[in-house]
Amino acid sequence: MKKQRFTISVYSENNVGLLNRISGIFLKRHINVESLNVSKSEIENVSKFTIVVNTTEDWTRKIVAQIEKQIEVIKAFYHTDDETIFQESALFKIASHLLFDERQIQNIIKESNSQIVTVSRDFFVLAKTGRRHEIDEMHDQLEPFGIMQFVRSGRIAVTKSEMPITTILEDFYQDK
Amino acid sequence: MRYSCMETVKLKKDQSKKKTGIKITGAEAIIHCLLAEGVDLIYGYPGGAIMPVYDELYKFQDKLTHILTRHEQGATHAAQGYARVTGKVGVAMATSGPGATNLVTGLADAQIDSTPIVCITGQVPRHLLGSDAFQETDIIGISTPVTKWNHQITKAAEIPEVMAKAFYIAKSGRPGPVLIDITKNAQFEEFEFSYEKCTGVRSYKPVPEPSVKAIEAAAELINSAKKPYVVWGQGVILGKAEEALKTLIEKAGIPAAWTIMGESAIPTDHPLNVGMVGMHGNYGPNVLTNECDLLIAIGMRFDDRVTGSLDTYAKQAKVIHFEIDPAEINKNVPVDIAVLGDAKTTLELIIPLINKNSHEDWRKEFDKKYEEEFAQVIEKDLHPTKPGLTMGEVIEEINLASGHEAVMVTDVGQHQMVACRYAKFKHSKSNITSGGLGTMGFALPAAIGAKMGAMDREVVAIIGDGGYQMTIQELGVIFQHNVPVKIVVLNNDHLGMVRQWQELFFESRYASTVMTNPDFVKIAEGYHIEAKRVTERKDLKATVQEMMASKNPYFLEVRVEKEDNVFPMIPSGASVSDIRLK
Ligand SMILES: Cc1cc2nc3c(=O)[nH]c(=O)nc-3n(C[C@H](O)[C@H](O)[C@H](O)COP(=O)(O)OP(=O)(O)OC[C@H]3O[C@@H](n4cnc5c(N)ncnc54)[C@H](O)[C@@H]3O)c2cc1C
Ligand SMILES: Cc1ncc(C[n+]2csc(CCOP(=O)(O)OP(=O)(O)O)c2C)c(N)n1
Ligand SMILES: [Mg+2]
Repeated sequence: MKKQRFTISVYSENNVGLLNRISGIFLKRHINVESLNVSKSEIENVSKFTIVVNTTEDWTRKIVAQIEKQIEVIKAFYHTDDETIFQESALFKIASHLLFDERQIQNIIKESNSQIVTVSRDFFVLAKTGRRHEIDEMHDQLEPFGIMQFVRSGRIAVTKSEMPITTILEDFYQDK
Repeated sequence: MRYSCMETVKLKKDQSKKKTGIKITGAEAIIHCLLAEGVDLIYGYPGGAIMPVYDELYKFQDKLTHILTRHEQGATHAAQGYARVTGKVGVAMATSGPGATNLVTGLADAQIDSTPIVCITGQVPRHLLGSDAFQETDIIGISTPVTKWNHQITKAAEIPEVMAKAFYIAKSGRPGPVLIDITKNAQFEEFEFSYEKCTGVRSYKPVPEPSVKAIEAAAELINSAKKPYVVWGQGVILGKAEEALKTLIEKAGIPAAWTIMGESAIPTDHPLNVGMVGMHGNYGPNVLTNECDLLIAIGMRFDDRVTGSLDTYAKQAKVIHFEIDPAEINKNVPVDIAVLGDAKTTLELIIPLINKNSHEDWRKEFDKKYEEEFAQVIEKDLHPTKPGLTMGEVIEEINLASGHEAVMVTDVGQHQMVACRYAKFKHSKSNITSGGLGTMGFALPAAIGAKMGAMDREVVAIIGDGGYQMTIQELGVIFQHNVPVKIVVLNNDHLGMVRQWQELFFESRYASTVMTNPDFVKIAEGYHIEAKRVTERKDLKATVQEMMASKNPYFLEVRVEKEDNVFPMIPSGASVSDIRLK
């Protein structure tokens, strides 16, 4: 089976050890996690992990099942890129004088749809949200001028289909 | 102090009263939690970070028996042995640091073999966490991959809820080990105690809802199959589905084989019990896996020791999988129908839909294969004509002397395979072994736990000379508490199982598998345990009978042939149909 990029979404309790437990499942199968993001979700007191991996669908399915059976995991899903709306964010720290010395930089800022977050005497910071390749492209364009610092976030994604966490939780409280 | 374990175990039926309103320490609260969960026996080893709890154990010794194993690993295996014979949760306790790390093997064993145990560890005080304090170790981090759940308590007030959750998680659904780490400050702190049993965790669904559609579809396949074949595993025992399984196979006339973890769920001499699958299983059950038209797997997880090469495993057959854990479905073997749920529930739902049937010709194929195996392997194992003693004949003598009533606890190696192959059972929960992890050293402490969990039953441990020396210090427990287990060491002066592989696959280069052994009889006698050695066939029967008749602990060393091999065998990576008889 061919390898492919999958976005795994995990809804869970907000628990100290859970990140370790989930990452251990990837470790056990010797799979590299491409990116990982943990945040709150649309439901109060429920956290959401967004994990991107590049592996076969067969393994992704098995991993998701093994994640889902962890006690504090409410539900886990996996999706292909086509099934999700996803973005990453990046910050570029660049020397301030370049903004005036290098006309091209202003064009890059305009064309890339990025924002200037802050400007100081020494440096300014550009923020860009978009697909990985857009961020990479912007990085490549800025690199010749000198990037003082660069950082990119993990993928965040929402799915086109529904993820029925609320129903699962409601069912639990109804049964009790 | 030396007292009879029979007496100590009987003392303890008292249940804990639910305390409310009064302030107690975290350490005392732990005892009340254990009592509320019906625990009356725990295994463990004290040390600095758990001392407040031991102080309470001292005060509560009339209600809660604590057995000091001679190593924390022994405490985990004893708790496992107890859990496996009783179906209840076993409990082990240890201090922080080295005490905690010594639990890891037992946790891993319990995790892969789905055994419900709760381990409690002491931890350095909250304010010292992360500071490399004396005997601090990150046991939560270390134990995460080998526990079903683990949790660190840093405040006394958390104790009741977390302990209740620990027991609930350990025993519900697919059982497993839970570790609770409790910082020392939480053991000292006082709080108002009240206890409520856990009945559910919102993010955890222990048993999936059975699907009527899947059950109907499975029934249709079973009713129309010409050569249906059941392979059952430990899930049948864990789910108490023995009767349901028996009813199903009898009604539909289906030959049924077992994994070693499922052995004893159905009596050995049941006419539809056709034997053991897997690497050292019976000939027919392996070969005919690739000839059946319907494979019905019940509470087993298609371990690679069972399937051999997956590329050639039951490809001709439709497959139905009765399973409680959705993550096991299609993990190793792709299935046509997954019947999710607790095996007892799902089997009871399907039985009314099954037509009465018999598959005599198909059943007879197993007999034919058995005859071949008998002629080439079994006869020589059980009734040898060569001078050296075989492991098989020792097991057969134990069968005769025990009347198939005993619990057998095995270690890991050749003796384990031989014991599983030849032991005969009448009752479920009678074959206790380390299957998934294959932990040498498991049997002696597990036999202690098994005996203390089933005082009315004979418990016989079958151990190799290698594995015996991994946890031999637990003889101290057997002596101190007069635990009347029967210990049989099948001594071949080798790490036999590894030696066999070296002989077959590494041109007999016996790298580090030959052992010069001590005088095992003297060692047992050093612990004041009655001990005998058998070196000749003529003494075997009488000595085994003497051992089985003894009311006390008994050690028997049998010097067996040094270089015997276990057959049949599926060489690793080969197909079940390529099983070798020699
Ligand atoms: C040296 C050595 C050699 C071995 N050779 C063999 C061999 O030849 N043959 C052999 O069989 N084994 C052999 N084993 C053991 C093997 O490694 C596995 O441990 C064993 O096959 C697993 O059996 P199992 O799947 O029945 O049990 P488990 O691993 O305990 O799996 C039980 C399954 O049942 C499910 N379950 C649990 N509760 C329920 C319930 N209530 N309802 C439904 N399902 C449930 C679980 O989710 C799980 O999938 C060997 C081990 C060693 C150490
Ligand atoms: C703790 C541990 N270490 C190593 C092994 C690998 N191993 C499996 S069987 C075996 C040999 C066991 O020898 P012995 O206990 O004498 O039993 P025999 O095979 O001779 O019956 C070894 C070393 C293991 N299963 N467990
Ligand atoms: Mg040996």
